[in-house]
Amino acid sequence: MIRLAHVPTYVRALALVTCLPIGLTLPSALAADDVAPGPAPVVAPATPIEHALRDITSEDAAVRSAAAALLIEKGDASLLPKLDEIRAEADRATRQALKPVIDLLKNHANLTSAQSDTRRSAAADLVGTGRPEAIAWLEQAAAKESVWWVKYTMEESAQLLQLRADAHTVRMGAVTKLGELRSQNGLSALKELADAGAQSGATDEQRALADAAQASITQIDAWSWWAGALETLFRGISLSSILLMMSLGLAIVFGLMGVINMAHGELMMVGAYATFVTQQAFVGWVSPELFDWYFPVALPVAFLAAAAFGWVLEATVIRFLYGRLLETLLATWGVSLILMQAARVYFGDLTAVIAPQALRGGAQVMVGVYLPYNRIFIILLSIVCVLGIYFLLFRSNLGIRVRSVTQNRNMSACLGIPTRKVDSYTFAFASGLAGVAGWALTMVGNVDPGLGQNYIVDAFMVVVTGGVGKLAGTIWASLGIGGLNKLIEPVSGAVYGKVFILVGVILFLQWRPQGLFAAKGRNADA
Amino acid sequence: MPEQPVARPDSRETVSLYLVGVVLLVVLPLLNVLTPEDSWLHLSDFRLNQFGKFLCFAILALGLDLIWGYCGVLSMGQGVFFGFGAYCMGMYLALQIGTESVYGSELPDFMVWTQVKELPLFWYPFKSIVGGVLGAILVPVLFATLFGFLAFRSRIKGVYFAIITQALAFAAWLVFNRNETRLGGTNGLTDFKQALGFRLSDPSTQRGLYIITVLALGASYLFCRWIVASRAGKVLIAIRDSESRVTFSGYTPWMYKLFVFVVSAGLAGLAGMLYVPQVGIITPAQIGVLPSLEVVIWVAVGGRGTLIGAVLGAVAVNYGRSVLTNYFPEAWPFILGGLFVVVVTMFPDGLLGMIRKVTARKDTPAPVSNADGRTAA
Repeated sequence: MIRLAHVPTYVRALALVTCLPIGLTLPSALAADDVAPGPAPVVAPATPIEHALRDITSEDAAVRSAAAALLIEKGDASLLPKLDEIRAEADRATRQALKPVIDLLKNHANLTSAQSDTRRSAAADLVGTGRPEAIAWLEQAAAKESVWWVKYTMEESAQLLQLRADAHTVRMGAVTKLGELRSQNGLSALKELADAGAQSGATDEQRALADAAQASITQIDAWSWWAGALETLFRGISLSSILLMMSLGLAIVFGLMGVINMAHGELMMVGAYATFVTQQAFVGWVSPELFDWYFPVALPVAFLAAAAFGWVLEATVIRFLYGRLLETLLATWGVSLILMQAARVYFGDLTAVIAPQALRGGAQVMVGVYLPYNRIFIILLSIVCVLGIYFLLFRSNLGIRVRSVTQNRNMSACLGIPTRKVDSYTFAFASGLAGVAGWALTMVGNVDPGLGQNYIVDAFMVVVTGGVGKLAGTIWASLGIGGLNKLIEPVSGAVYGKVFILVGVILFLQWRPQGLFAAKGRNADA
Repeated sequence: MPEQPVARPDSRETVSLYLVGVVLLVVLPLLNVLTPEDSWLHLSDFRLNQFGKFLCFAILALGLDLIWGYCGVLSMGQGVFFGFGAYCMGMYLALQIGTESVYGSELPDFMVWTQVKELPLFWYPFKSIVGGVLGAILVPVLFATLFGFLAFRSRIKGVYFAIITQALAFAAWLVFNRNETRLGGTNGLTDFKQALGFRLSDPSTQRGLYIITVLALGASYLFCRWIVASRAGKVLIAIRDSESRVTFSGYTPWMYKLFVFVVSAGLAGLAGMLYVPQVGIITPAQIGVLPSLEVVIWVAVGGRGTLIGAVLGAVAVNYGRSVLTNYFPEAWPFILGGLFVVVVTMFPDGLLGMIRKVTARKDTPAPVSNADGRTAA
């Protein structure tokens, strides 16, 4: 999406900054005027540009616009400081005459900027000026452009400007070209053309344009349906991956240890606050250019902090409650209340983490589809987490022990497995996993004491739907619930989406009472 | 695991129970009416009203104790049924405001500012007190029947049921917060003026409501007692202790569970119905996940599977809360959380268990309550 409203503000801000020093020297300039009164300048204007720079402040509107046209045609970016200077002192009429000049020249210069974002927004802004001179600039720039998305914007902007041309063939060409480009920004202009052609007094040319515009609109709409579907899919996967990271820890603890950990969300909150604290430490003690490194450093910090909390929780509360599921649920609820209130008292209600440079912005993968980097990052992280857990549980010594204790605690103890240690390590590991999830969540939202509560109900839905103790069940269930959530949301709104999901889960459990991947045989009723 | 005796009050407890009943029903209102205001015996209108509120919570807790303490099914959605009851009554009261409202419209205030021109159809039954009272009981009962049928028939049990009901509480909270449900959104229903022609601001009306609440609590208690002592009650306890054995003996556990779930929902609705006119406001904040869980902690603190314990716990925790939040507002979540942890890990029999242990005669062993079905599996 091109944000047209964004850049004029930026230009204005820049102009303001350049004006500041001028404003400071203003009194002295006025003093000079007092000494030598009269409009006659000391040096007569030599070049047409200097002439125009003088004419632009003229009282006469015609003179002003002629000067503006000349400046646009002949001028370049080197004039900008001078123009800003004039604008700072000028009256309203002059400022209005100057505005398109400054916009055009600035954006023209920006078309060749080293930053692709600057080039793109310059191209987008040139449409707003509506000046035909920009078409040639855009086409030149597009020919040299290497980044496809910037090139696309330049071509789109050129066509949008051509749409306002007088010649019928040029406009026809622009209309078809915009359709081929699937230009979202052209949609409103095309609709106007289509409407104009549908009116009774329309000329033949207008009708032909309207037909072409209608064809282009159909093209664009079909494309944007697909783009929308893709974005929905992406948002669904992104939510799923957050749910997955939360439910993985829950599922391990629930499935392998028979503990419902209602404080899991708060362990996630611990991870998020650990990230926040690391960031503050970097702000305080590390030089600013290394600031972005706080994020990777925070990963082990978050993991260890949450794991430590989990370890303590296991040692002080949960160890007394093994085998009593409902009791673990209640006791950990109590712990979660305490942790939440502690965070509220200590940190206050709202704190946020600044995303590192690399995770800001996003990738424009195709026209109309924009994928934010932080979401992509979370999806990748959840994949890494799944792989990590898989290897830990099924390819490592600890994993073998965990699974054997799960299957038969007494027999494992007889075989020399330290079951108490396995319990506390597993719990600490699952808690650490929640910490990692919290670390990642700081990229998509604020850090606040209610962080865990936002997801805990959904995460439990995932665990229930997926069936106990099966990684695959958790993965599929989180994909299903996350995806459905985002699929229903645009239709029904977020609230009813949640209600539908609940109804869906209950109905699903009618069909599969033990979840997607049920434990079979003797363990089934445990 | 050997059969465990049902925790029953012995004769001494029965006597003290009647005493408490008399105190609640007669002595407290008399202290409120007859004593002069500066006397140390005087019970202020505020305190009496507050006590009435606690007793409403006690009815709610009774319902949960019936299903959790006796049947081993932990419902974390009791707040929803409470909310249904409260909202039904609240709708009746909101319609009784009439043109006394801020905007002078026949419609409740929130409808005026959300630009609802006509009374929504589902509000019509609540124009009369019959609609309000019947709705407050029937809506939770019907909803619980549907929800319980779907849940228990597919053998969702234990923790799964707890989680599903928690999700229900969450979803209900979200829905009640919306404006388009025409139930007042986040602000809920409030600013009530009268019921059946009695002014709610009048102390005598509040006294009447208090007495009704005490009577309702007594009736609910006796009703639960009767269920628990019946043959069905024995099956409930059997389900709690070993569901599969009950199934193998030819019973259909889910029917019993559904029955007791519906009863507890009805009690919650009754509690909500009595709560609203005394407190004067009902908002979605009374419905969500945390209020529903607080009911669980009342029962756990009082002592599960005892019925009296539920009443005791509800009153004790809420009284403690009203005192403590006065002095240390920030500390309450810590205390509540601590209660969860401590009671669950160290005092599974709750307050009543402790009292019984202390007062137990040497010759008869103290009755042990085991509310946990899982140890038997």
